[in-house]
Amino acid sequence: MDRHAILDKLTAVFRDIFDDDTIVISLETTAKDIEEWDSANHINIIVATEALFGIRFKSAEIEELHNVGEFVALIERKLSK
Amino acid sequence: MNGFWWLPDDSGWKDRLKEARSGGTWASLMALANARLDFVRTNQLDRRLTEFGAQGIPEDRLFAPIRFAVLASCTVDQLLPSLRVAALRRGLWLTAYRSEYGQYQQELMSVGSELHRFKPNVVLFSFDARHLLGNGLLQEPEHTVNLAVERIVGLWRQARGQFECQVIQQTLLPTFVPLMGNNEQRLPASPNWLLAQINTRLRECADAEGVDILALDDRAARDGIGAWHSAPLWHSAKQDISPGAAPLWGDLALRLVAARRGLSAKCLVLDLDNTLWGGAVGDDGVEGIVLGQGSAAGEAFLHFQNYAKGLSQRGIILAVCSKNDEKNALAPFASHPDMVLKTSDIACFVANWNDKPSNLQSIANQLNIGLDSLVFVDDNPFERNMVRQALPIVMVPELPEDPALFSQCVADSGYFEAVTLTPEDLGRTQNYQSNKAREQLRESAADPAGYLKSLEMKLIWKPFDAIGLQRITQLINKTNQFNLTTRRYTEAEVAAILEPGNTLALQLRLVDKFGDHGVIGVVIARPAEADVLDIETWLMSCRVFGRGVEDATANLLVREAKKRGGQYLVGHYRPTQKNRMVKDHYLALGFKNTGRQQDDGTDWCLALETYVPKSTFLDIIDETTVEGGK
Repeated sequence: MDRHAILDKLTAVFRDIFDDDTIVISLETTAKDIEEWDSANHINIIVATEALFGIRFKSAEIEELHNVGEFVALIERKLSK
Repeated sequence: MNGFWWLPDDSGWKDRLKEARSGGTWASLMALANARLDFVRTNQLDRRLTEFGAQGIPEDRLFAPIRFAVLASCTVDQLLPSLRVAALRRGLWLTAYRSEYGQYQQELMSVGSELHRFKPNVVLFSFDARHLLGNGLLQEPEHTVNLAVERIVGLWRQARGQFECQVIQQTLLPTFVPLMGNNEQRLPASPNWLLAQINTRLRECADAEGVDILALDDRAARDGIGAWHSAPLWHSAKQDISPGAAPLWGDLALRLVAARRGLSAKCLVLDLDNTLWGGAVGDDGVEGIVLGQGSAAGEAFLHFQNYAKGLSQRGIILAVCSKNDEKNALAPFASHPDMVLKTSDIACFVANWNDKPSNLQSIANQLNIGLDSLVFVDDNPFERNMVRQALPIVMVPELPEDPALFSQCVADSGYFEAVTLTPEDLGRTQNYQSNKAREQLRESAADPAGYLKSLEMKLIWKPFDAIGLQRITQLINKTNQFNLTTRRYTEAEVAAILEPGNTLALQLRLVDKFGDHGVIGVVIARPAEADVLDIETWLMSCRVFGRGVEDATANLLVREAKKRGGQYLVGHYRPTQKNRMVKDHYLALGFKNTGRQQDDGTDWCLALETYVPKSTFLDIIDETTVEGGK
């Protein structure tokens, strides 16, 4: 799966979690850009992403991930393993 | 985790959720809640529900709102939407509260806390294992376990004392790893072993204290601990229960609330062909159906029959609803050697060619229970969908194709969740059976009066007492038809009536020559003025309609009121969708109408000296004067 496909799927996750079908995310989007991206929703994104892609994030990764670019890169890495 | 696999998978869910954004109705939201939901969808639906509630909750949903407090040692914010949605699934309105992180004990103790302002009527204690047992080997394991259990029991009592609430204790999720392995019990200080000890002890204490257990340890054994708990999420967010498990957690909690309120289903309605046996008896004949030892499918159907029998033995009514000629449908019951279920297990047997919704309606009528008490089990998706569409309040589990999994599906649905067992529950099928014998006698009796007389009925009464508490509460909370005010009481509120006082609170038992019906009627009348008793509750089980029990009760009530120096009885009728049958109850007894409410409710008053006792065929017996009671 290439970065574009991952970003598309991740967009769907964000739209569901933030309950907003107009959300557009890019590799540059950070937690600061989305008002409701707080610690609780961060966990929700992690869990929904894990389920969707069939991957697992490590404890340290959960803490460090705070923008979409890192998300996409990490998912890509885990999927290619 | 096979979350909500008994609910239909709804491909149009997302579109219908969108429609709900621009103003969903309660019914549309409720339908959205009755589909397979993961935690993301649960949270989305919760937002629609919150928007809906902000515009004013419909009057009838406020009838008995649930105020649910989660007192937890760890993060539980991820769980609250699933509580609200699980209530919605049952047509109930719920407001959720959670204690501040690490503050549950202080909030419980201090009268000025948010929790006290919230006034919960359900309190759930949710503790993670580390909170009670720490992280390592314990120096004094036995002492630690005793201390933890004593402390928790203290918390239950405190919650009860403060709020008159239902108390739910979640068992500890087995999140510790073993130090020994298979024989962990040989290391008494092992946290993993002690955790199991605490869960066992919590169950014993909960039974003694009337607290309900939410068995997370059992779920973890079934679903795998990984479905419930994620170590990374524990470290990142102190979530003992992962968001992915939240929807099921919420549903489990609401099953306990519904069960306490008498809202669990009462009757399992079974299809026959390919549900209780393989094949079609009309086509294949009794010899041709697949049932019993000798084939895997035959054993699977046998297994399901055994499950249904077990439910029946603990108080669930069984009924049959089959498209068949009745003669064919009955044949396996009469002559197939492997049938576990007998016609004597079936309280209502309907086999004909009418559509199933009409037949379910007729089953509910014959058994005198609501359609919302029925669970309809049918292997045929066409029939299931037809019933879902025509009768959305009937519960219809989405049966899997393999009969080996039928019982698991019905069990996982939780529709029959029970928290107490009364002697009435254990004798119910027998009772419905003797109802049938009575029906036959009714048909043979020359006239109705002669029939009633031949029953040799006794109405045995006594004031509320501790032994009757469970049954009284159950009856109060599930009686809908013969119920003048449909006022619901928690067990704690009923217990408060046991205290000595001037309230006239009667429990009525009916015995006839076919058997004991148990407690079937309740009257609560409180003194309003010196010589006035106000009947705030008068209700009767639908199983004993048409026998003059209400007249005998009125005679008794007037007699007891007079004994207390009363001059007047005041009564009220408060209409609901189900209690039209008692609209003219007080009129028939000779009460004078004194007021009419906007909702067609009426108020009534009776001057006791004008009362003409009703003639009945019941002997009234005061149980407290019978030596040794019963």
